[in-house]
Amino acid sequence: MDYLLTDEQKMIKDLAHKIAEEKIRPVAAKYDISEEYPWEVMKVLGESDMFGLFIPEEYGGFANSTMNLCLATEEFSRACGGIAVCYAASALGTIPIVLFGTDEQKKKYLPDLASGKKIAAFGITEPEAGSDASGIKTTAVKVGDHYVLNGLKHFITNGGDAETYVVIAMTDKTKGARGATAFIVEKGTPGFTFGKKEDKFGIRASSTRELIFTDCKIPAANLLAKEGMGFIVTMRTFDMSRPGVAAQALGIAQGAMELAVKYVKERIQFGKPISSFQGIQWMIADMATEIEAARGLVYSTARMLDAGVKDVSKESAMAKMYASDVAMKVSVDALQLFGGYGYMKDYPIEKYVRDAKITQIYEGTNQVQRGIIGLKVIKEMTK
Amino acid sequence: MNIIVCIKQVPETTEVRINPETNTLMREGVKSIINPFDMYAIEEAIRLKERFGGKVSIVTMGPPQADSALREAISMGADEGFLVCDRAFAGSDTWATSYTLAGAIKKIGAFDLIICGKQASDGDTAQVGPGISTHLNIPQVTYVKKVEEATDKSMRVERMLEEGFEIIQTPLPALLTVVKEINEPRIPSLKGLMKAKSAKITTLTQKELELDPQQIGLCGSPTQVVKIFTPTPRVGGQILNGEIPDIAKQLVDLIKDEVN
Repeated sequence: MDYLLTDEQKMIKDLAHKIAEEKIRPVAAKYDISEEYPWEVMKVLGESDMFGLFIPEEYGGFANSTMNLCLATEEFSRACGGIAVCYAASALGTIPIVLFGTDEQKKKYLPDLASGKKIAAFGITEPEAGSDASGIKTTAVKVGDHYVLNGLKHFITNGGDAETYVVIAMTDKTKGARGATAFIVEKGTPGFTFGKKEDKFGIRASSTRELIFTDCKIPAANLLAKEGMGFIVTMRTFDMSRPGVAAQALGIAQGAMELAVKYVKERIQFGKPISSFQGIQWMIADMATEIEAARGLVYSTARMLDAGVKDVSKESAMAKMYASDVAMKVSVDALQLFGGYGYMKDYPIEKYVRDAKITQIYEGTNQVQRGIIGLKVIKEMTK
Repeated sequence: MNIIVCIKQVPETTEVRINPETNTLMREGVKSIINPFDMYAIEEAIRLKERFGGKVSIVTMGPPQADSALREAISMGADEGFLVCDRAFAGSDTWATSYTLAGAIKKIGAFDLIICGKQASDGDTAQVGPGISTHLNIPQVTYVKKVEEATDKSMRVERMLEEGFEIIQTPLPALLTVVKEINEPRIPSLKGLMKAKSAKITTLTQKELELDPQQIGLCGSPTQVVKIFTPTPRVGGQILNGEIPDIAKQLVDLIKDEVN
């Protein structure tokens, strides 16, 4: 399907494709096994201006565009969902600074994030605050011109490898959700340490660690937006970043289908390529159609965001939920098409199943997304 | 350090189709890329520029669509591109091509270094680089795998041999041809791509170069392509088993049969 991309968008997509094929695909299996952070790839992404896609030009970026971020993330994910999330998670940690940072904060943090010299991360999840973010226990207490942070964040993507963190902590527990506040915390700040690195089912190239705050003193200047705006910062950030996760899922689905189609053309059974069998063709038809439907949702949502449409919570949730469900289904079917070989780690397809699963879980589970969509639709109908 | 890199646009696929009447390449429908060996030449030039300053100029001789090869080199970090393009240059062999490129380089102006890939992936002659240096009367070092030291007056490089390498010191200006061991070509940046898109490419025709008409194009080419053919694929060999004296006897019999 032709999405009528601009020349600039085509250029970004083509460059991301080149990077994916030349620099990501050849190392995808290596990092899946070793679980090391793919610094060599992050360096290439920095040098090619890919981190600048979600940062405005005046702060060293290329342009602040969700569509650009989606196009790049989709291409990277075709080759490796794990390496792609290292990139997308840096976007997640950067977007709140782009949206809510003061000029001073932007000047201080964004140029290094745009060049890829530094990687960012976003910290909201806690052991008892996953889908229910109001359960956050990390606190921030103002003492003079500082805030003192105490608490634990877990499952933080890029945790330990990122330099710049946006962390949500409670400044006033009595106010519930309105008592949460966002802070920028730099790696190396005394009292800020990292817990164990998680051993994950998929997206193993990405690092996932706990962030531990023990009387961690950060300057009051690192307060992002205002006290009590932590959830607004989070929700606005997720609205912007969810299409990125959707694009990640979309790329995984596309990558899995491409591998499967290549395989069925080569695999000979009963004297002919299995692609000549109707049963196989129908599976491919369903995969391709569902992927295209997901792409339509993802790109449309990204374009709404770029056009400045205010409330895209429903569309954003739809794109993330649908694209990730498609990624799961398509990757499982793609493995099926590989038959017994697909189940073996010698073949690349089982990794797509493992990488796809997380997209149904993180950045709001698909159950939470359905909740957002359902409530919104009912509300719209009762106006 | 002012560096000139000579590149060639080649068909991407190895499945090149040949026009049976003219025995020349049929380029239509085949994606064109920069000759892979020339990518190392471009990368090395950009790295030297990053170390020593100066500028990198890219030269290619070819049809108008070779413009895209020049832009790709600019997207990686080269400064300017020159397209040597004229019907009068068509049909050039390696002699006429190196004569023409040498003429273009003289026109472009002062330089400290010329870098070429070791050979083009379509013709595989490895003659154009050395030819250019001969026409310009400057030293050449072929198959360079590493630049050890460089000043504005001289350069010390490692030259790859079949077994091992030799270290060569050459005065500048000189011409190097490089092998793939020398570096890993970079991925262009978005800013580079934007710059390349709007970069001005200078076209140099026979009118500007005023070359000897007897030495350019088909009539300036002492070699002619008579026929291009695909070698017949080798069939699998035969393995002889048994004790060595038996094998020797079998082998002799087989050779006799073959001769008869």
